[in-house]
Amino acid sequence: MATLELAIPEDVGAGSRRKTRKPGLLFWTAIGWMALVFALALLAPVLPIPSPTDMDMLDRRAPVSVLHWLGTDALGRDELSRVIYGARISLTVGLFAPMIGLTIGGAIGILAGYFRGRFDLFAVGAMDVLLAFPPLILALAVTAYLGQSILNLTCILGVLGVPAFMRVARASTLTLARREFVIAAHALGATHLRIVLRELLPNVALPLAAFFLLGVAVTIVVEGALSFLGLGVPPPISSWGSMIGEGRESLEIAPRLAFIPALAMFLTVLSFNLVGDTLRALTDPRQEVL
Amino acid sequence: MLGFVAQRLLYLLPVLLAVSLLTFLIASLLPGDLAYVILGDQATPEKVAALRHDLGLDQPIWWRYLSWLGKVLEGDFGRSFRTGQTVLQAVTERLPISFELILLAELGALVIGVPLAIACAVRSGGAFDRFITGSAFCMLSLPAFLSAILLIYLFAVKLHWLPATGYVPFSEDPLGNLRCFLLPALTLALGEWPVLMRVLRSDMIATLQEDYIAMARAKGLKPARILLVHALKPSSLTLVTVTGINIGRLIGGTVIVESIFALPGIGRLLLSSIYTRDLVILQGVVLCVAIGYVLINFIVDMLYAVLDPRIRHGHA
Repeated sequence: MATLELAIPEDVGAGSRRKTRKPGLLFWTAIGWMALVFALALLAPVLPIPSPTDMDMLDRRAPVSVLHWLGTDALGRDELSRVIYGARISLTVGLFAPMIGLTIGGAIGILAGYFRGRFDLFAVGAMDVLLAFPPLILALAVTAYLGQSILNLTCILGVLGVPAFMRVARASTLTLARREFVIAAHALGATHLRIVLRELLPNVALPLAAFFLLGVAVTIVVEGALSFLGLGVPPPISSWGSMIGEGRESLEIAPRLAFIPALAMFLTVLSFNLVGDTLRALTDPRQEVL
Repeated sequence: MLGFVAQRLLYLLPVLLAVSLLTFLIASLLPGDLAYVILGDQATPEKVAALRHDLGLDQPIWWRYLSWLGKVLEGDFGRSFRTGQTVLQAVTERLPISFELILLAELGALVIGVPLAIACAVRSGGAFDRFITGSAFCMLSLPAFLSAILLIYLFAVKLHWLPATGYVPFSEDPLGNLRCFLLPALTLALGEWPVLMRVLRSDMIATLQEDYIAMARAKGLKPARILLVHALKPSSLTLVTVTGINIGRLIGGTVIVESIFALPGIGRLLLSSIYTRDLVILQGVVLCVAIGYVLINFIVDMLYAVLDPRIRHGHA
């Protein structure tokens, strides 16, 4: 199961892949797929597709046809438009939740790495407490109390991402804060605020941005898992996870109902991972040294 | 070493305390009053007030936390108001199932990952290595519930080899028990092996460049012996840690897999407590899981320090 701590940067596979990590055809294919999904999700309301929630009980699990390009689901709803509207949910949660993590985690991480001392100790301790819960379980428990809505889901997954972003920002800041340009800024009498905003932030922003893409991938997976269990976005809104969950019921009759959204989710997650990993390899100075 | 253990233990205590506080706060501050949940449709203001008094919900929050914590320390995690079962009973009853699942999954991941890692490391950069590294990367993007669906479709729906869902206790039918654990464990293992493979592969590539490997080659030792005896052991340090940490991490993964394959483990207990709004069980299970997770990570930390002296002397 991919979870939020999967993406701790220094963990796996810093081996000898670095040579092959120049942006190649695969990278641009991934970008292309992301662009396509974005475009479809944004344009969904104006696209000439049937409504994703209109049921047609006479036309249940209809095969692929001119009217329904990908057929219909168990309630006679158009599968293609449900996949496209599902992309809206996955991308909304997938993009906004890591933004929360990025903002809060990034800010705490930079401050902790720059000021160190007691604040650092407290921040790291607080993150350890948050990391003490398996992310999916904490997400499940909190949604159970707060209730299911897209806003709640985004906030919870955002908060769960804070420790990971905080670690990345802190680790980068710790090394940067000892560099000459920061010491020089100090000597010139720059205020703490100026050093953090003008000297550190631009340098930490790059690894954080690469990590953000990996965060999007993880969030889409966790949102999918929650919706799959019926604890994500409330019906009748379609989300890839809930579609896969519904498709599981008719795996024997119409396996495509589970496989089509599954494929969409897999390709999207893979694209974000691929692009994020490539950017990380490009921005991570440690791998060039290796 | 003792000083190191003591130091880590001292750090563990506040973390555990904060974990208990957070668990309590999630259950207490968020909307959804226990009294309303228990009374359901029959909730009148008087009944709710009376029940709240009985449950101690009208006390100040810090007092409720302390008395709850006191009970937890005595081993009393509360009792389900639906089934009457205590949290501790429910958890200990289901723990072996989740544990078996996690162990089998980790075992499967090692069986797939270790040979592939060795094969990749021997010819790193070769066609086989690139293919396996690429596949591992793809597998990391495949969430457990997707691979579960694929496996069910392949082995249960198409080939009819294995049951899609169901559980047989080990004491009744050991073979049947293993059969119903096969698909769930494989599902988790499919997500785990890339992690283990990547870690072992990069460590192994580094080890194979050491002088003593060249020395062993020069002595004319068989390649298999060099790989398995001389290179594998020193390369598996990180692997041991990652395997340990992942056992903790898989606790989260069991929720999905146990739900899909209908295994009555901890994950299912948690889900059913959410579906039935059995808040006492939910709170108790979350606390138990979090404590277990922290303790496993602590043990792995200790294990790592035993294996690698640099850590306990603070050079890492």
